[in-house]
Amino acid sequence: MPNIFPLTLNRIGFAPNGVPVLADIDLRIEAGARSVILGANGAGKSVLMRLMHGLLKPTAGEIRWNARESRPAAQCLVFQRPVMLRRSALANVAYGLKLAGVPHTRRNLEARAALERVGLAHLADRPARVLSGGEQQRVALARAWALDPRVLFLDEPTASLDPAAARSVEKVIVDIHGAGTSIVMTTHNLGQARRLADEIIFLHAGRITERTPAAEFFHRPRSIEAQTFLEGELP
Amino acid sequence: MRDLPDSLSTALGLVAGVDARLLDIVALSLRVSLSAVLLSALLALPLGALLAVGNFAGRRTLTVIVNGFMGLPAVVVGLLVYLLLSRAGPLGPLGLLFTPAAMVIAQAVLVAPLLAALTRQTVADAWREYQEQLHSLGATTRQATATLLWDTRYSLFTVMLAGFGRAIAEVGAVMIVGGNIDGVTRVMTTTIALETSKGDLPLALALGLILIALVLVINALAYVTGAWAQRRLG
Repeated sequence: MPNIFPLTLNRIGFAPNGVPVLADIDLRIEAGARSVILGANGAGKSVLMRLMHGLLKPTAGEIRWNARESRPAAQCLVFQRPVMLRRSALANVAYGLKLAGVPHTRRNLEARAALERVGLAHLADRPARVLSGGEQQRVALARAWALDPRVLFLDEPTASLDPAAARSVEKVIVDIHGAGTSIVMTTHNLGQARRLADEIIFLHAGRITERTPAAEFFHRPRSIEAQTFLEGELP
Repeated sequence: MRDLPDSLSTALGLVAGVDARLLDIVALSLRVSLSAVLLSALLALPLGALLAVGNFAGRRTLTVIVNGFMGLPAVVVGLLVYLLLSRAGPLGPLGLLFTPAAMVIAQAVLVAPLLAALTRQTVADAWREYQEQLHSLGATTRQATATLLWDTRYSLFTVMLAGFGRAIAEVGAVMIVGGNIDGVTRVMTTTIALETSKGDLPLALALGLILIALVLVINALAYVTGAWAQRRLG
C-alpha cells in the first residue's frame, strides 16, 4: 500500500458563502498517532474532519497527502450517526468493499471477518437498520476497517450512544489503532479524549489554538481558550 | 332509480357466475396495465432517481415538467400516441394501432411522469440521508443511483402500484388507441363507458364493482408491503 502520510493542511480556510467557519488551519498528521480534536459545539470540528477526509473542499489553502493533491482511497470517515443501508449488516460491510473494487468472491469473506473483529459476527445476517445504535456504529466501524485504511476519521462516534455502547465502540477504535491505523477523531466527551488521545488538537471558533500531548493538555493546557473549556466542563 | 337494485343484482350474478366475457375483459385490463407499468418503470425509475441524485443543467426544469405531467389528461396522451401510431405517423409502419400493444404504450406514457415524480421524491429523501456516506465510500453518481433504487425498493413498489392504479382506471387513452374492439381491445373502463351509453347497466356495474375491488386490493397490497418493509428493514 502506498504511503499517504504526512497529511498536511496548509493555511486552510473554509468560508461557504462568505461565512467563515475555519481560518488559518495549519496541521500535519503523521502515521501512527491517535489525535483527538477537541472544542465546543460550533468550533468547526466536524467541518475540519470533512475537509481532511475530502467530503468538503477548502475555500482557501491546500490539503496534501504525502505531497500529492489527490485524495487517497486508504482513508475512511465514520459519522456520528451511522448510515446503514437497507440490507443485512454483512451486506453493509460488503458494500464498502464493492465500491473499493474488491472482487465479488472475496467480499463476503472479508466482510464477515471484519464483523467478527468488532464482535458482531452473530448479527451478520440481520437487517442493519433494526440493530441498536451502538451495534450500527460498530457495523460502520467494520465497514471502514474492512477497507484497511491507513487513517480513520471519526466524527463524534459515540455522541448519540449510551455509556455501555460508547465503551464497546471505544474498544473497537483501540483495536483498529492497534492493528496499525492512525486515528483522527472529534469528541466533546473529555473522558473519552483522556482514554483515547495521544495528542489533543484544540479548536476554538474556527482556529487551532494549541496542539499538545494528551497527558500534558489535561494538566496544563497552553491556550486560554482550552483552559476555559476544561474549567467549564461538567465533572 | 329503479334501475340500480335490478342492475346490481344482475351485476352480482355476473361476477358470481364467472361470466366468460367478463373474465376476458378483466384479464385484458390487467395484462395491459401491468405491462404498461413495467415498461414505464424501466425508464421512469432511473429517470426519477437521476433527477434526485444527478447534478446536471436543466435538472430543475425537467423536475418541474415531470411533476406537472403527473396530471396529464389521458385523452391527450391517447391522442398523441394515436398520432404516432396512425398509418401516416412516424411509427405507423409497425401497425400497432388498435392493438393491445398500442394500449400498453399509451398507458406507459401516461403513468411515466407519475412514476418518475414519485421516484424522484422517494429517492431524494433517501439521498439526503445517504449522500455523505456514499460520497465518503467513493460511490460514483451511477453507483449511488443504483444503490438508492435498490434501497428504496419497497417504497418504489408502492410507487408502481400507484402507477398501476392510474393505468387501470383510465379510459381516455385506451379508448382512442385501442378502439374498444370487442374481444380484442375492450377493457374494463371502455366497456363500462360503452355499455352505459348502450343502456346495459348490469354489465357496466359488474365491471365497475370489479374495478373498485381491484383498486382496493392494490391499495391494501401497497399498505401491507410498506408496513412489512418498515418492520423488517427499518
